[in-house]
Amino acid sequence: MSDSQYILEARELVKTFPGVKALDKVTLKVKPGTVHALMGENGAGKSTLMKCIYGIYKPDGGEVFINGEKAEISNPREAMDKGISMIHQELHPIRPQTISENIFLGRIPYKKALGVKWVDYKRLNNEAKELFNKLEIDINPKMKVQELSTAYCQLLEIARAVSFGAKIIIMDEPTSSLTESETEILFRIIKQLKSENVAIIYISHKIDEILQISDEVTVMRDGTLVGNWPASELSTDMIVSKMVGREMTNRFPPKNHTPGETYLKVENFTSSNPHSFKDISFEVKRGEIFGIGGLVGAQRSELVESLFGLRNISQGTVYINNEKVTIKRPMDAIKKGMALLTEDRRNTGIIGALSITDNTLVVEQNLHPELFTTGAFVDYKKRNEAAQKYVDALEVKTPTLKTQIQSLSGGNQQKVILGRWLLTEPNILILDEPTRGIDVGAKYEIYELMEKMASEGKCVIMISSEMPELMGMSDRIMVMCEGHNSGEVSGEDVTDEKIMMFASTYKSGENE
Amino acid sequence: MNNKKMSSFLIDNILYICLFIMIVIIAIISPSFVSTRVLSDVLIQSAPKVLLAMGMLVVIISGGMDMTVGRLAGLGAVVAGTFAQTSDYYLKFWPNLAEMPLIVPFLVTVLVGAGSGVITGLIISKFKVPAFLAGLGLQLVIYGGNLLFLKKAPNNSQPLAGYKVSFTNFGTGSIFGINYLVILAIAIMVIVFILLNRTTLGKNIYAVGGNREAAKVAGINTFRVDMFVYIFSGVLAAMAGLMMSARTGSATAAYAEGYEMDAIASCIIGGASFAGGIGNVPGTFLGVIIFSVINYGLTFIGLSSYWQYIVKGLIIVIAVALDMRKYAARQ
Repeated sequence: MSDSQYILEARELVKTFPGVKALDKVTLKVKPGTVHALMGENGAGKSTLMKCIYGIYKPDGGEVFINGEKAEISNPREAMDKGISMIHQELHPIRPQTISENIFLGRIPYKKALGVKWVDYKRLNNEAKELFNKLEIDINPKMKVQELSTAYCQLLEIARAVSFGAKIIIMDEPTSSLTESETEILFRIIKQLKSENVAIIYISHKIDEILQISDEVTVMRDGTLVGNWPASELSTDMIVSKMVGREMTNRFPPKNHTPGETYLKVENFTSSNPHSFKDISFEVKRGEIFGIGGLVGAQRSELVESLFGLRNISQGTVYINNEKVTIKRPMDAIKKGMALLTEDRRNTGIIGALSITDNTLVVEQNLHPELFTTGAFVDYKKRNEAAQKYVDALEVKTPTLKTQIQSLSGGNQQKVILGRWLLTEPNILILDEPTRGIDVGAKYEIYELMEKMASEGKCVIMISSEMPELMGMSDRIMVMCEGHNSGEVSGEDVTDEKIMMFASTYKSGENE
Repeated sequence: MNNKKMSSFLIDNILYICLFIMIVIIAIISPSFVSTRVLSDVLIQSAPKVLLAMGMLVVIISGGMDMTVGRLAGLGAVVAGTFAQTSDYYLKFWPNLAEMPLIVPFLVTVLVGAGSGVITGLIISKFKVPAFLAGLGLQLVIYGGNLLFLKKAPNNSQPLAGYKVSFTNFGTGSIFGINYLVILAIAIMVIVFILLNRTTLGKNIYAVGGNREAAKVAGINTFRVDMFVYIFSGVLAAMAGLMMSARTGSATAAYAEGYEMDAIASCIIGGASFAGGIGNVPGTFLGVIIFSVINYGLTFIGLSSYWQYIVKGLIIVIAVALDMRKYAARQ
């Protein structure tokens, strides 16, 4: 063994995806027995870095050293053999099995008799019990995993990592679904692991948490390393400015719209899911681009999907043009002039096997069937004309109108879906991450379109996780944090720092 | 390049090639197979299966599956039969009922099919039971119900018989030399073709099957689409049973047993996708005909009926495997 002071050293890792440099010579050095926080905005490359270290991605350049020795890790199994364990944001335990079975999955203790390997339940449960005792976690290993809360599933994963003898544990947003008291338990276990010389790489958006638990902080931005500092030298403001301190490289079309009177008003909107958004109120004016900012998990998509009738609310009122409206299903919203471009184009946007025409007409054919039929029958000529109009207007690059939408590029698919909604001539256009995964040119065209809609006096609502886009396009921005409206910024107030601050901290009431 | 062209030609036209090769082989062994009488027999035999397959096609395009149609056809055959008996038949199912006009068995059959479709649709769409399992359960319920129904005195589980001539004539008669059942099957195919290609509802069915979540966002009432397809499939299935009942002049609960599998197979080898959103009428029709040619043709050349299973099974597997390659090539 070498005498390196670092248990894990990733040197100048490079990872390129088609069209994007996700990691550009990023170096990360982790000392044993410390909590090393990794911070950055959405898309800064934190998860990519972790996946490269854990062997899920193969880096295009750079090296990884463990205890000073060069390590080639090409899959998670090898990472685990080398003492690295990763606890994912989304957990996938085998729910109908017991806790101990989950922990020892793939290496269940057995006794051999009559040529058959019999499960040794006694040893299995005893070993699990011992493990939990050591970690001071009070759960019965014979329980089924499905009886556990999310928090305990998280602890289960940690116990599993420990049982493998992991020396480096990567935790990706471990507290995103935990309550405060559950977070306390997690922190206690982290401290215990530290005392046993285990290194923790801790990814989180929650700055106060980071300052509380971590020893060192590494900050990333746009796939590059910003730097690393001892946590004791940092303050919330310093972290925020390091995370967002970038130049504005994206360009946006010139603003020539002016917001008019209020058109859409939402009051006390509360999800029927207690873990989702609560008590959200906002207004959008005619001819305004209204941005909704926040981090992953802030429940922004859930909010607009509920507004559109795709999810249930427990309370809340919506006024359109000073008139109270009831929206129970998407068709109600569409009839009131709303349109929703969803975030997940693949799963809730395109209908892959259908043609450009069929994809374009799928809303309008039900909203105004009479426009696309002759007598009782569908009129293909009228349908194709309508589709062609939007293919031309949005400059969709496609061989024919009959082409299956799934064979187009992401940007062109997005334009077809936009065309689908523009065809309904909406007054309220809601765009959820409209430029995600599409190239720069198409992005600009979508910005232009938003500008055009606003200048025609329509309401445009945009959810975006890309800070420059959110700031560059919006007249006003509502920032959400953990399902709450944590603040609104407009005009001079629109700064990276302010938005980041609102996005990572929610002050529930002034009297606390 | 030439090889590539050749193989893509083979893949794209596999159905026609299969059918052609089969007919050629059968005709070589037994030349009399290629005659108007035999071909018309094949078509008449296919007619009820066309209805089952067309109903199934609509369901599969919507992203579902209707496993009840075989047993439901059996129920349709029996129920239609009970309303088509002559008044003097000694085992008349409804002894106190007067002889019904020909329209009655048709109406009752439609109602039975629609009722079953409503239940199937509700269980799948409202209660979110996976279509395969819902169908598996319901077909047992339908079969059991049918057996209990037939057990009623004075019938006491006898096969139904004693149909009036106008009813059996529907099953065996013809106009301009074309059998009534064949005419009905053609009419249904035209209706399904128009439904799928020329109506907004048809467009919605493709959209729901293509991507259910996206269709919801687009404002399509997916529940209504689901209900429609299962009711439609139910009505066609029960009607297929009526056709079999009229053609054979009899009915038992065992009629059309396992026909749901043939219907599914016809759709799939005809180009429909289990994933939903893809499928067409001509391909499905060809699928039905291929299976009928196997059934009829192999018997015709004196091959044991056991061989039919083997050939049918191989065709399904090979056709779907080639179809998968078609998708793989396009990705």
